[in-house]
Amino acid sequence: MAELPKKPFAWQKWVLGVVMVVGLIISAQATGTNLPMFFQNFGQFTIIFQQMLSPDWSYTAYVVDPLIETIKMAILGTTIGSVLAFPYALLVARNIVTNRWVVGIFRFILNVIRTIPDLLLAAIFVAIVGIGPVAGVITLAIFTFGMVGKLFYEAVETIDEGPIEAIKAAGAGKLEIIRFAVIPQVSNYFVSYVLYAFEINVRASTVLGYLGAGGIGVFLQRALSQFRYDRVGLMVLVIFVVVLVIDYVSGKLREALI
Amino acid sequence: MQAKPVIKFDNVSKTYPNGAKGLKDINLEIMPGEFVVVVGLSGAGKSTLMRAVNRLHDITAGDIQIDGQSITQAKGKQLLEIRRNIGMIFQNFNLVKRATVLKNVLTGRVGYYPTWKMVFGLFSKGDKQRAYNALQQVELADKVYARADELSGGQQQRVSIARALTQEPKIILADEPVASLDPQTTKHVMDDLKRINQELGITVLINLHSVELAQTYGTRIIGIRDGEKVFDGPVASADEATISAIYSGGEEANG
Amino acid sequence: MKTSTLPDAPRAGRLRKWVLWIALILVIGWSFTGMPLLQIKDNAVEVAGAMFSGLIHPDWGYVWTGDGEDLVSTLLQTIAIAFIGTFISAIISLPFAFWAANTKHKNWLVSRSGKIILTAIRTFPEIVLALMFIKAVGPGAFAGVLAVGVHSVGMLAKLFSEAIENMDGGAGESVTAAGGNRLDVTMLASFPQLLPEFVSNTLYRFELAIRSASILGIIGAGGIGTPLIFAISARAWNRVGIILLGIILMVTLVDYVSGAIRKRLV
Repeated sequence: MAELPKKPFAWQKWVLGVVMVVGLIISAQATGTNLPMFFQNFGQFTIIFQQMLSPDWSYTAYVVDPLIETIKMAILGTTIGSVLAFPYALLVARNIVTNRWVVGIFRFILNVIRTIPDLLLAAIFVAIVGIGPVAGVITLAIFTFGMVGKLFYEAVETIDEGPIEAIKAAGAGKLEIIRFAVIPQVSNYFVSYVLYAFEINVRASTVLGYLGAGGIGVFLQRALSQFRYDRVGLMVLVIFVVVLVIDYVSGKLREALI
Repeated sequence: MQAKPVIKFDNVSKTYPNGAKGLKDINLEIMPGEFVVVVGLSGAGKSTLMRAVNRLHDITAGDIQIDGQSITQAKGKQLLEIRRNIGMIFQNFNLVKRATVLKNVLTGRVGYYPTWKMVFGLFSKGDKQRAYNALQQVELADKVYARADELSGGQQQRVSIARALTQEPKIILADEPVASLDPQTTKHVMDDLKRINQELGITVLINLHSVELAQTYGTRIIGIRDGEKVFDGPVASADEATISAIYSGGEEANG
Repeated sequence: MKTSTLPDAPRAGRLRKWVLWIALILVIGWSFTGMPLLQIKDNAVEVAGAMFSGLIHPDWGYVWTGDGEDLVSTLLQTIAIAFIGTFISAIISLPFAFWAANTKHKNWLVSRSGKIILTAIRTFPEIVLALMFIKAVGPGAFAGVLAVGVHSVGMLAKLFSEAIENMDGGAGESVTAAGGNRLDVTMLASFPQLLPEFVSNTLYRFELAIRSASILGIIGAGGIGTPLIFAISARAWNRVGIILLGIILMVTLVDYVSGAIRKRLV
């Protein structure tokens, strides 16, 4: 029998491996990563953690209002962002708008928006409109717009072309095509994506206040700067519960609406 | 003079934890070099019978002997050594799709190595050559360094035949090996199995859905219905009436 | 031709949907209450204009000054934070993933408790975590690395555990049939199947970590966030402009490269 031929050299694996190792060494240096030092100072960390584990329950009454404000921010941000994302997604879907320039340019704008982290948007909008929940709502709206817009145009691009052809043959115009052939196919996706965005926004909205953009984050920042870790602990716990409840409600809503 | 059976079932039964009966009191002797086809409806217990042989499924009563040694009683290392002599081919090929063909075929040798060597994937040069030889037998030598998922379904199944061959087994179990293949590749895979049976003298126990295939390739047919052996004999003696009796299961109430 | 009148559409489901939609609209309406929508700063338009002009006339001089505080240096530091942070989190995620994975041979309570812990880690605000690490190791990029490293575990271990749950058990069965023991199955079947999946998940998480790392500097945990927040509070809009452009370029580039690698993996 013939002899086993030599294995071709897997240069890709080697390149990747070398890049990884070199990258790790450089990164460790650039960031001053020093794990032994961290473990030495681990006591500091555990002290804070212990304080957080004995929450200041008496503070609960004070966090209810900002918590409600947080949820309102998330609802408004999600609503505004989604409402804007809906027509925009149709504009950048290749099977709806055939002009490549229009699709290209508007998609580019959407992609740029998606690269900006939420807290960075918050910092900018606090600077523009001032401290308060409005900056938070605008931040979340833009954040939602980027997220839902992308998910949604991808959904629109995967729809079945059959109904579009059928209704075209019946003499329908662009708007009728969208109304009767596109929307019925994608409305379930849309509902699902909006709820998904809402879940993420509730998480995001809790920290936006750290930069002055309203909600419970404002109180979080205050407690942190006063080293009141018992209050921080309480708020982290409350946020955890709220996130669990919202995820549950959103899941039920998804079942009911689809 | 009669040779010793290579697989022997003594009053084998299997009852599932939920009370369902998988196998009912099966007695069976398979001689070296036979090409035995097990037929029956899906859910009749063919697959359970297969997996009882190498104890991928445990039986609840009776005893199964491989080459005179009880696999039912075997423990630890002993069990692994018996399994090493039984190659298996599966309906869904069961390959590591992202690994190379060679690596997949080499896993057939796992029973010959201590575990620490497997942690580092240390196979000997001789075994690599052995794997390559097996690939040549199924005409896939040129794919030795290709990723398994780059191959067609029929080719993947032949890789798994090569994997079983690399084990240098006495027995090959094939559990619906062609159920997810088209007619042409089915023929190729079945021809390979037949050739292995005739040229290397490996006993083949195979599960098939199709009676035509069973009659074309088998030397002996075993019919299973509702976990019971309802027919056992040479292909020639399995006439129309017998076959329809095997496939008539379901309506009859069973005690 | 004989025709009869159209029967009414079935009712029950429709009614429920209407009630839900109306409730949804009411909730949205309620959210507007108490929102000081009109209390926007008087000079908002002015500031927005200044910021926009800053974006159009970015401070090119800041791109590279050689003192280590410039755009390129801080962006590279940001990538370094995300890189090593994600690497650490991938290692921590492995045991958590096997803990939380709901596989056949395991008591569901075990995986349930693992999943709850991962959810807790996920919802623990990253900023709070970063501040805690700043207390332990002092301000700087290392605190950022630790924050990214710990916070990412919540999501990464969840993705890993899903990969474990969805793994095809067939390849493992074939190793067993050939006479392999459980460790053999892990090394020869599970590991090669999971590795590409894990690498892909880690790369995806790295894309998100880049975004985190670029804002953690706002609270002093290193990276591009620090010069950004200084520039904003100093109203140096030209500086803000160039930093924003830098972040957008960096994130786009990382997304592109990481996405290309991920596509080849699966």
